[in-house]
Amino acid sequence: MAPRVEIDGVSKSFVMHLQGGKQLPVVGNVSLDVSAGECVVLGGPSGAGKSSILKMIYGNYRVDSGHILVHAADGPVDVASASPREIIRLRRQSLGYVSQFLRAIPRVSALDLIVAAAREQGIEEERATKRAKSLLERLNVPERLWSLPPATFSGGEQQRVNIARGFVADHRVLLLDEPTASLDAVNRAAVVELVFDKKRHGVAMIGIFHDEDVRERVADRIVDVTRFAAKAA
Amino acid sequence: MSTTATATTPYNYAYLDEQTKRMIRRAILKAIAIPGYQVPFASREMPMPYGWGTGGVQVTASIIGPTDTLKVIDQGSDDTTNAVSIRKFFQKTAAVAVTTSTSAATIIQTRHRIPETPLTAGQVLVFQVPTPEPLRFLEPRETETRKMHALAEYGLMHVKLYEDIAKHGRIAKTYDYPTMVAGRYLMAPSPTPKFDNPKMHRSPALQLFGAGREKRIYAVPPHTDVVSLDFDDYPFEVNKFDRPCALCGAENVYLDEVILDDRGGRMFVCSDTDHCETRRAEGHRGEILGQEETRA
Amino acid sequence: MTIDDQPLLSARGISKMYGQHVGCTDVSFDLFAGEVLAVVGESGSGKSTLLSVLSTRLEPTGGAVSYRMRDGTMRDVFALNEAERRLLMRTDWGFVHQDAREGLRMGISAGGNVGERLMAVGSRHYGEIRSTALDWLGRVEIDLTRVDDAPKTFSGGMRQRLQIARNLVTQPRLVFMDEPTGGLDVSVQARLLDLLRGLVADLGLAVIIVTHDLAVARLLSHRIMVMRAGRVIETGLTDQVLDDPREPYTQLLVSSVLQV
Repeated sequence: MAPRVEIDGVSKSFVMHLQGGKQLPVVGNVSLDVSAGECVVLGGPSGAGKSSILKMIYGNYRVDSGHILVHAADGPVDVASASPREIIRLRRQSLGYVSQFLRAIPRVSALDLIVAAAREQGIEEERATKRAKSLLERLNVPERLWSLPPATFSGGEQQRVNIARGFVADHRVLLLDEPTASLDAVNRAAVVELVFDKKRHGVAMIGIFHDEDVRERVADRIVDVTRFAAKAA
Repeated sequence: MSTTATATTPYNYAYLDEQTKRMIRRAILKAIAIPGYQVPFASREMPMPYGWGTGGVQVTASIIGPTDTLKVIDQGSDDTTNAVSIRKFFQKTAAVAVTTSTSAATIIQTRHRIPETPLTAGQVLVFQVPTPEPLRFLEPRETETRKMHALAEYGLMHVKLYEDIAKHGRIAKTYDYPTMVAGRYLMAPSPTPKFDNPKMHRSPALQLFGAGREKRIYAVPPHTDVVSLDFDDYPFEVNKFDRPCALCGAENVYLDEVILDDRGGRMFVCSDTDHCETRRAEGHRGEILGQEETRA
Repeated sequence: MTIDDQPLLSARGISKMYGQHVGCTDVSFDLFAGEVLAVVGESGSGKSTLLSVLSTRLEPTGGAVSYRMRDGTMRDVFALNEAERRLLMRTDWGFVHQDAREGLRMGISAGGNVGERLMAVGSRHYGEIRSTALDWLGRVEIDLTRVDDAPKTFSGGMRQRLQIARNLVTQPRLVFMDEPTGGLDVSVQARLLDLLRGLVADLGLAVIIVTHDLAVARLLSHRIMVMRAGRVIETGLTDQVLDDPREPYTQLLVSSVLQV
């Protein structure tokens, strides 16, 4: 099956100008392909660069060298060299990112927040609302909270709203940055179900899961990122 | 009343020197060529203070000749101090015939009113103008108002009218009511009551406006469109008086309130004294005059 | 959702000198419909000069700014005649000033302030102007009973929201904003930002916003240009520049803020 994400020879280091130009190598020569319907889990100890790799794929971090091809419906985009506009379009249509942290927007209700994420991709209002409600139900967010802005929610509730937000649209590629961290068993299971749903729909996923049980269940492959350890510059 | 005066002063004819009159005539010609456009001119010191009609007097002095007949009105009246002194000024300096009759005059200088008797072709109405710039109180910068005229950017004037309706439920402006001249320039008929605005529209007479202190001359040539600004749902309306003139019984004319005693007695009479006198001479009688004659 | 492939505004080699002093120099970028660009930097970095040039309030010393007019043609904005330029500024463009007093008529009612642009483009129906004004006051969350009050009686946040309504009433495609949240209390800022974010998204506005506040840039913009000493030193996707700043000066800017 043709890969949905092709990462080839990517390396990244930070230059800390405020600390006398110190070089902080992150990863080197990352090469990785992910196919449609496949969930690849990044493994390795913390600090090995798992999160940085996700951020590079999302275009949040720049890369020093290499290519990151994301195959959108209308063709591949090299995130490593794409213009901001191309990345914005890619994120809107094809590339989703789910983290455990919700950047709450004041005064927008939980439901509207999720509907908006689907609407951005062009899903029409009624269908978007239906999906959003079903996701909130599956993630056990009490219905009385749906119409409230999540700013006042508990950490776990905010996290689940954010997961719903990440899963609501039809992105071809999803990046999962520890979405199950600090969730209870019931909700972890719900997230696992969501990942299976996405797989069935042919979504390519790259994730970080600290919870071993979840990792074993969702991963088609586990890639240990320590093999991409950057050589000190 | 019609008298002929002889020039008995050492001044040049009509007070101004010939060069000045030529300069003002050029400004007038330009103003006529561009209806409603304010033409700057080098306003001269006149032997009267600003606010007493120095602009109108300079315009009149530049167009008047020995064969003219001059009428001067202030608030519609021929016999107020201002009207009398300007009339005397031209009798003295221009050896010109004067009159109080609207139809007998060739030049009528006015401070506010337009006579009730319709003007005819060949007559010239000269307005004394204190504030020629209709946008002045909305936009204090002259550079900006000039640009607004140049680009016919007059939305701001409607903002003023909008404010009136929002505050008073109607357009409250009763005088100096803004008009569009020939569909192009916004013009202040200052300080003419809006009652007279419709008389400017397509008038067969030439209308000239002189502002002495502000050094501007503008004009409405005969038969030119003068349209009062308004909104579709708040159309321009002239003020209506709910009674006829107490002296001559005229209806649909502009009335002044006259206090009769200190017990609240009052009457409303024509502001245009010539119109009132003419009607009375024709035998028309208003309420008060009627009562007095019955008593007598 | 399709993104137009032609830029809405295109700047090439913009420079503005004040005698020997550099206002801004050699700035080039394209802005597309619906795109929000934040220009960040400290005072004196040239960001406000750049905004003045882009919005034709200031003639550049060098370079060109072109704009895609509503009829689709790209026009050099400095080659427009005065009438075209002013029409553009009050229909297809908006300008939100930091000091609302510069962008509002302080003695004119809120309704009149919002209605002015409509009347300027020929609206002559009081009832319609007023209902449009009321609609916009509602959208910027100003109590409708204040429609006949002048902004001099408004709080700073209300004035700013009124200024926004006044600009948006003609449905412009591009709005310039100069520190729109500057000088407001933090809670008032948050509300204004939230409102702006919603309006920008709903209306698909393109915005060029000048700010020294990286949190404002983070919340509102897609793209960032970092300016220093009149030059653009770093540019890119907003979250990329803020999360992975490359230039020493940008790193300093980002590290100087508590959390953005």
